[in-house]
Amino acid sequence: MSLVIKNGTVYDPQNNVNGEKMDIFIANGKIVEESAAKNAKEIDASKLIVMPGGVEIHTHIAGSKVNIARIMRPEDHRKDVVKKTQFKRSGTGYTVPTTFTIGYRYAEMGYTTVWEAAAPPLGARHSHEELIDIPVVDKGIFTLMGSNYFILKYTEEGDFEKLKNFVAWLLDATKGYAVKIVNPGGVESWKWGKNVNSLDDAVQNFNVTPREILKNLAKAADELKLPHSIHIHCNNLGSPGNYEITKETIEMLNPYRRHITHIQFNSYGGEDWTNFSSGGAEIAKTLNNNEKVTCDVGQVIFGDATTMTADGPWQHTLFKLSGNKWANSDVEMETGAGIVPYKFKKKNVVNAIQWTIGLEVLLLTKDPYKVFLTTDHPNAGPFYFYPQVIELLMSKKKRDEMLEKVHALAKERSALESVDREYTLSDIVVVTRAGTAKALGQTDKGHLGVGADADVSIYEFDEETIEKSFKKAKYTIKDGNIVVKDGEIVMDYMGRTYVLDLKADLSEEEKEIFSKYYTVQFSNYAVEDAYLPKKEVVPCT
Amino acid sequence: MIYENVVCPFCGCLCDDLIITVEDGQITNTKNTCAISKSKFVNHHQYMLKPSINKKEVPVEKAIEKAAEILKNADAPLIYGLSSTECEAQRYAIHLAEILGATIDQTASVCHGPTILGTQDAGCVKCTLGEVKNRADLIVYWGCNPAEAHMRHFRRYSVYPEGLFRKDKKERTIVVVDVRKTASARIANTFVKIEPGADFEIISLMRAYLKGRDVPLTDEFKTLLETMKTCEFGIIFFGLGLTMSKGKHLNVDAALRLVRDLNDYTKFSITPMRGHYNVTGAGSTMAWVTGYPFAVNFSQGYPVSNPGEFSAVDVLARKECDAALIIASDPVSNFPADSWKHLADIPTIVMDPKVSLTSKVAKVCIPVATAGIEAEGTAYRMDGIPLRLKKVLDTPRLSDAEVLSQLIEKVMA
Repeated sequence: MSLVIKNGTVYDPQNNVNGEKMDIFIANGKIVEESAAKNAKEIDASKLIVMPGGVEIHTHIAGSKVNIARIMRPEDHRKDVVKKTQFKRSGTGYTVPTTFTIGYRYAEMGYTTVWEAAAPPLGARHSHEELIDIPVVDKGIFTLMGSNYFILKYTEEGDFEKLKNFVAWLLDATKGYAVKIVNPGGVESWKWGKNVNSLDDAVQNFNVTPREILKNLAKAADELKLPHSIHIHCNNLGSPGNYEITKETIEMLNPYRRHITHIQFNSYGGEDWTNFSSGGAEIAKTLNNNEKVTCDVGQVIFGDATTMTADGPWQHTLFKLSGNKWANSDVEMETGAGIVPYKFKKKNVVNAIQWTIGLEVLLLTKDPYKVFLTTDHPNAGPFYFYPQVIELLMSKKKRDEMLEKVHALAKERSALESVDREYTLSDIVVVTRAGTAKALGQTDKGHLGVGADADVSIYEFDEETIEKSFKKAKYTIKDGNIVVKDGEIVMDYMGRTYVLDLKADLSEEEKEIFSKYYTVQFSNYAVEDAYLPKKEVVPCT
Repeated sequence: MIYENVVCPFCGCLCDDLIITVEDGQITNTKNTCAISKSKFVNHHQYMLKPSINKKEVPVEKAIEKAAEILKNADAPLIYGLSSTECEAQRYAIHLAEILGATIDQTASVCHGPTILGTQDAGCVKCTLGEVKNRADLIVYWGCNPAEAHMRHFRRYSVYPEGLFRKDKKERTIVVVDVRKTASARIANTFVKIEPGADFEIISLMRAYLKGRDVPLTDEFKTLLETMKTCEFGIIFFGLGLTMSKGKHLNVDAALRLVRDLNDYTKFSITPMRGHYNVTGAGSTMAWVTGYPFAVNFSQGYPVSNPGEFSAVDVLARKECDAALIIASDPVSNFPADSWKHLADIPTIVMDPKVSLTSKVAKVCIPVATAGIEAEGTAYRMDGIPLRLKKVLDTPRLSDAEVLSQLIEKVMA
């Protein structure tokens, strides 16, 4: 099927198109030249803005910890129900929506590619099974490695080649796309109720430090030519004063590629909760001064959230701080997880400062290709509040209005009030599409040049009501199909799952260790193709 | 033909190291099986269900046709079972329930449902079974009897295996808490007898004592608490002794909170001993599709959950359903009489490989392939680890997933 999007105002900054009236032609799921789009169905976009489909770089939507959160939070679902329609399965929200609802809500907001940011290897089959039930969007998973037994063992033994081979094998076995690292070493220490607190603390029972783990994995990811860099949740997440370890992590990983995720949670100044302040400006400076580094912010949304992370020790701390219910889920040989419901309140001084930090980092980092919009869904808030953040980025006035409503100390302990920058629509496209696609190594995404995937979002834009403009797409086009019209799903569509073209075997010695200390057979470990009904293999070049 | 690393479709241990020998289409030998599993495999060909309508044998297509007609004409159908089949079938069953506006419930409802309710209140500090094998120096079995119900649990996961940091039984302390000295208690270092129905009270006293309150906790439980507090890595495994005795979800809630509290002192986890091999999967699939792990109703066009209102036992006892589809379960054998009798009064459809008591009262019987023996699919171990079930025998019978997908097509037509 061919489509032409006629007379839209197009924002495609990667191809230097910044608000030009033009036509976009689509055939066979790709953006094409006019001559290749024969008998094209026409979409009149003369009063609309046109941009590439959204590319989500970090979200928690599928797998063990997400599902534990769903099971644990019936109170979350009751207030947000989704009725079935001719094209839609029913479901529930709110902070931990059901799988079908996740796919629909991303697509209705104009997003077409979504990455689950933390899959425990032993539970990867579960993550993929849920992805099968997430419709419309393209998707994939990042594989957790920062406290994996073999990674710790080879780091301790100084055997980088074996470590690199193991990374390749594990990505292939789990059908993962990127190396995810959460509180490197700390998650292993948590298995004895301990943590690590600096880059040079030794991991419990291993003569290994977070610094060594990070360097080895960064080097392995670069040498394996993985499309995405290592994806790091830094040590000391959530703690006052942690901007220093974040800065140190970014700097010491030179010259390797690295992505720091939900950096808001790792950009805190002060020494304790009483003098807690923003370290956002410092972090933005570090980003400005370093190359080959990207980050996403994990912007706080006031209201309900469900925190979930492999960072077990932090979740225990948050349980003690909040008194809310707490789930913990440690996974043999590999990783762990914790889940705690949380509410971000405007009048809570820490929450108000946290809210300023994501915006600060987004606004003070000069190159929008280095910093991306996320809420670390659902840790800092649900993903479908992105339009609210877009409005704040584009309007100093809206930011100032909000600063009046939140705890007064937020103004004193953050630089946000002094920042005048307002994002352009092209900047928005970079931090939600072009930049994320580039960081992920997805050359077919994030732009509308000839040859790109025909994933397009089209909005009715009004600069007086920016949030409303981006809440629901007028059209979302996925692989050349109109999947959303007037903000509603109009087609039952299944996106692809991305996996990598990696081949590696484990040695007999490694298999021996595996059969001793895991509780599943080696031959039953790797995720079968049955869980990838529509897979696309991405080369590592 | 010899199949290795076969996943056992019996209990929540989901052992995946079975060796199954098949000769001339018959399972003739098994290795690494427990007594129950061996019996399931080698007696696989016995008591096969025949397709029938009103007790009269019919071709299976007719039975499926009739089932679709019953479901389509029902105002308030009930779908129940799910725990002894694979996840794809469960996902189809949930979709069918949504299309019909039905109530759907799974067997956790009469088993570890209270565990889920406790978790919804307190959370749950858990770990995979390999964590126990590799690290635990204290293992407490509370109100469960793995020696007779999860027969390879000791050997594979807790008491005997060589782990990373614990090499054998000598490096582990085993405690059994139960109302009587069970077969499991025989291998324990310590057996602690508890009065029937006293679990909530005792666990609550343990929590209070741990917080320094002066409470009348007996010395035996004081000692147990001290052992728990001072171990390096502890785990409580619990069973129906907690979930189905007086207090139900309150017992579990108290135990979950005790374990939370213990993490102020040491590393401690708790994990339910789930019964049917894929009951964990049933809770998982229902949760990711509907948000709720059991007792869900779709009559509003969206999922609503309320145990007690939409749990199968209650829906049946109040005679609120006018048709039932029972998948891979035998409620007539274990539901209260008021509940199962209603199944005999309404058109009930049974999908099962074998003859069961429920099939005896059913209007329509649809024989299916046995998941894990004659059909592939996914199952979730008691600790949430997903494994791929294997097919070791060919069969002309359709799988649960195939029958359910046909039912979906027919009721939508």
